[in-house]
Amino acid sequence: MADHPNTSLPEDRGYLSEHGFRSWALTMDHKRIGVMYIWTTLGFFVVAGILALLLRLKLLVPGPALFSDHTYNVLFTMHGAMMIFLFIIPAIPSALGNFFIPLLIGCRDVAFPRLNLFSYWIFVAGIAVTVGTLAAPMDTGWTFYTPYSAQTSAAVTALSFGLFLIGMSSILTGLNFIVTIHTMRAPGMGWYRMPLFIWAMYATSVIQVLSTPVIGITFLLLAAERVFGIGFFDPAKGGDPLLFQHFFWFYSHPVVYVMILPAMGIVSEVVPVFARKPIFGYKAIAYSALAIALIGFLVWGHHMFVSGMSTVAGVIFSFLTFFVAVPTGMKIFNWIATLYKGSITFESPMLYALSFIFLFIIGGLTGLFLGALATDVHVHDTYFLVAHFHYTMMGGTVMGLFAGLHYWFPKMTGRMFNETWAKSAWWLVVSGFNVTFFPMFILGMQGMPRRYAEYPAKYQALNVVATVGSWFLALGVIIMFANFIKSLRNGPLAPDNPWRGLTLEWQTTSPPPEENFHEIPTVTDWPYGYGSRNEAPRE
Amino acid sequence: MSDNHEAPNGAPVSARLGIWAFLATELLLFGALFTAYAQFRITHAELFHQEHLKLNRVLGALNTLVLLTSSLTIAIGIAAIRRGLQKLLKVCLSLTLALACGFLFIKYLEWSHDFHMGWFPRTNLFFGLYFMMTGLHGLHVLAGMGVMIWLLYKAQRGSFSAEYNTPVEITGLYWHFVDLVWIYLFPLLYLIG
Amino acid sequence: MPYPTTLKASEVSLASHDVDAVFIFILAIAGFFFVLTQGLLIYFAIRYRKKKGVEEATPYITGNHALEVVWIVIPSLLLVAIFVYGLTVFIKMRTPLPNAAEIQVTASQFTWSFKYPDGRSVANELRLPLGQPVKLIMISRDVIHGFFIPAYRQKQDVLPGSYTYLWLLPKQAGTYDIYCSQYCGTGHSLMRATLIVMPQPQYQAWVAAELQKQQAGAQSPAERGKALFESAGGGGCHSIDGSPKVGPTLKGIFGSRVTLTTGQSVVADEEYLRESLEEPNEQVVQGFQPIMPSFRGSLKQDEIAALIAYMKTLK
Repeated sequence: MADHPNTSLPEDRGYLSEHGFRSWALTMDHKRIGVMYIWTTLGFFVVAGILALLLRLKLLVPGPALFSDHTYNVLFTMHGAMMIFLFIIPAIPSALGNFFIPLLIGCRDVAFPRLNLFSYWIFVAGIAVTVGTLAAPMDTGWTFYTPYSAQTSAAVTALSFGLFLIGMSSILTGLNFIVTIHTMRAPGMGWYRMPLFIWAMYATSVIQVLSTPVIGITFLLLAAERVFGIGFFDPAKGGDPLLFQHFFWFYSHPVVYVMILPAMGIVSEVVPVFARKPIFGYKAIAYSALAIALIGFLVWGHHMFVSGMSTVAGVIFSFLTFFVAVPTGMKIFNWIATLYKGSITFESPMLYALSFIFLFIIGGLTGLFLGALATDVHVHDTYFLVAHFHYTMMGGTVMGLFAGLHYWFPKMTGRMFNETWAKSAWWLVVSGFNVTFFPMFILGMQGMPRRYAEYPAKYQALNVVATVGSWFLALGVIIMFANFIKSLRNGPLAPDNPWRGLTLEWQTTSPPPEENFHEIPTVTDWPYGYGSRNEAPRE
Repeated sequence: MSDNHEAPNGAPVSARLGIWAFLATELLLFGALFTAYAQFRITHAELFHQEHLKLNRVLGALNTLVLLTSSLTIAIGIAAIRRGLQKLLKVCLSLTLALACGFLFIKYLEWSHDFHMGWFPRTNLFFGLYFMMTGLHGLHVLAGMGVMIWLLYKAQRGSFSAEYNTPVEITGLYWHFVDLVWIYLFPLLYLIG
Repeated sequence: MPYPTTLKASEVSLASHDVDAVFIFILAIAGFFFVLTQGLLIYFAIRYRKKKGVEEATPYITGNHALEVVWIVIPSLLLVAIFVYGLTVFIKMRTPLPNAAEIQVTASQFTWSFKYPDGRSVANELRLPLGQPVKLIMISRDVIHGFFIPAYRQKQDVLPGSYTYLWLLPKQAGTYDIYCSQYCGTGHSLMRATLIVMPQPQYQAWVAAELQKQQAGAQSPAERGKALFESAGGGGCHSIDGSPKVGPTLKGIFGSRVTLTTGQSVVADEEYLRESLEEPNEQVVQGFQPIMPSFRGSLKQDEIAALIAYMKTLK
């Protein structure tokens, strides 16, 4: 495949041939829907990223600066809510998942294409409502803790409704994927011949279907609290503010696995291709995804050790929390073992995948301090926590997403990006990321609380370091996106299989034709048959 | 598992799997409310006892009967169309719709009585839960009615047959679920103090 | 700030020592795995990079059961160890000594108020005698707050409608920060207080002096207003030195001309100040949020008069 001469003419743009608004807005092609999700989510990544830069800019000085404390609170709320609900949750599952699940399992579309389009548009409707609330912006933090969120004058009711719609989109997408993976796999593709990205997406979809309704009802109750005066979360009316936190985290903890599992799936695809080795411990990685999804439902209380929850509950949740670390650790060991005796090349997808592993190890290990009861009491709600989840979410998920974007860019667009620019962007992103977020661990250990518009002067030095780091990070991201956009227009035409991968998407043209495959492939082997056993290619 | 790979959209296996996944979602949606119910029942046992006496058990029981009957009619409808009996399907769908209307009408009587007595969602936790739970359930009844009107329209045009009746079947599953939720709501709210 | 620049447990309180010990224990385990995994990652990446001109011939290794078991079992055991250690210290942190003195803590946007057993109430300053265990019984008047003493490694959310507690055993005299750790609104980051730990004799002397001041009774209205301002936590939102906080400064407020959010400009006379205490969000000064709580009902008329008298002194 690798030496296959490039046959795609510039005129044959595969699924991209048709033009015009209607051809996109009313499409039922999972690839086009995936592309629309990519643009939407990356758009919000940029917006929320700019907000983050503003926040960091303000934190250059400890006292009042630039804008009021209230504005700061609004900005960190918007930064968090947009990053979580409009970018990171849909970014890999809905965007890359939509595009690549059918391609990786060898079918022509998802199980319910019409539902898929509907999911996209309620996502957009939810965004419209959410963005509409900017008229009276929220200042509750993305966690919306009651009773503050039930009292503040911000547009919490409208926002609840917007997020309810976004949640519905998430549920329907997950449902669609579950059914697709169950029923649409190419002939010969048994469960153990599925690419690990599919396993990851399957586990992700299960979480989406089972946890999102709880946040949906929680938002409804929050709205009802404000509109009808129901007092479920209001102690003055006999309600319990902790009930809100339980509901909130029952969703919001599993959902961190919605964010991270797909990224782990991408890493599991990229590492073997660029190490030219079979993935090490296929079944262990596959089952660890399911284990994470399962245990992930039982640990939400570790966000509440100091909330006033009973000590016994804290103990149980802490115990369970440590068991999420086991399957997570397994994945890391297996990826590293995959590198052993490989023949590794360092193209940009691999660089991002390796930095995923590097940064996620730091994110994971610092999680131990948060999972252990005694130390959590100290670092909870401090910058230590901020650093920890940025290492897992940005250092993890976003690096995974960047790996995926580079890895699949040739397939999605039919063009290659500039590797030199991609590498320079990578240097800036990874070093800028560490300079931005590593100091926050120390700040947190020294006791600087999160969500502080103004802070004691003794914390200034490290805050300055972090702010300067954020500029490098931003510059790296700008170069990366500029490279993508430039390559979209005039990058060299991509071969069908530029990375010599064995998964099914590489067997079709770049970009794929409207129904993905000219002929549905028959699968006879697992997709990681690299290495010397594999002299003759499959087929 | 890949047997219906080339099958068109809406093939039985995928549709059935899809509706079960959807019902799992619904279960957790209501599950959160049931959790809130459990918690407040424990912390406010006295309040729950006093307030539940205010609800009209007779109307509640009547509604249970109405909804159970509607589950039966739609089940008969599904059995009918599997044998290709289009006319019976239409009768059953109409009956189910009528029963659903009856359910909502009785619910309306109850709610207007409550409002008349000055019992609102904000009155206390019990009524908050009562209105949220029956309200959300009522919305599900409404949604089910919407789908059934659409089914009736399709049935009128002869779209369903012994070979193709997936939409009727999955709507039936959904309707049974709505029924099931009520079967829990009724004793929890009306009977157990 | 000894922490984390030196790997030595802080001795300022009982909990700080224990928590730091757990921290260092976890750090050792995490450090080991950090070096192991990152080391292997980087070593493999360099060692097995594709060399120019060399044909790639990678072995077909798909897994190893023994290794999987090893990296499931060993981490699991270490995780249990971390859990147990963290648990033991946590239980100790949650179990107050029986002889702990009780202090009531009331949180409100954006002030901490401490009420001592002898009935005195002080805002934003907590004084404790050295070596005496103390149990803080905490409640919030409005939203959720978080009581956090970084030097003590102690933190507890403060809820409206139910009590939570925290107990401390100070072991070194000094001044420490108290922060609000749970986001509570516009002034969250300024909701700070000070913990002052004094040796027993000094503490007793301080208590005696405070009580004497109280018994001296006959205060002028302005003095009474000052005391009220401090105990009600007015200083959390309003400065008396001219700098803006969440609310406008009170320095020179009396008789000054203020511009409202409506664009209107009014003189801050007795009536305006009274109304600002009772209906604070009716006439808000430009540039500020309408977030001040109303004191209607909680302040008596003569107390309001005392507060206004106090404000007149803030020139």
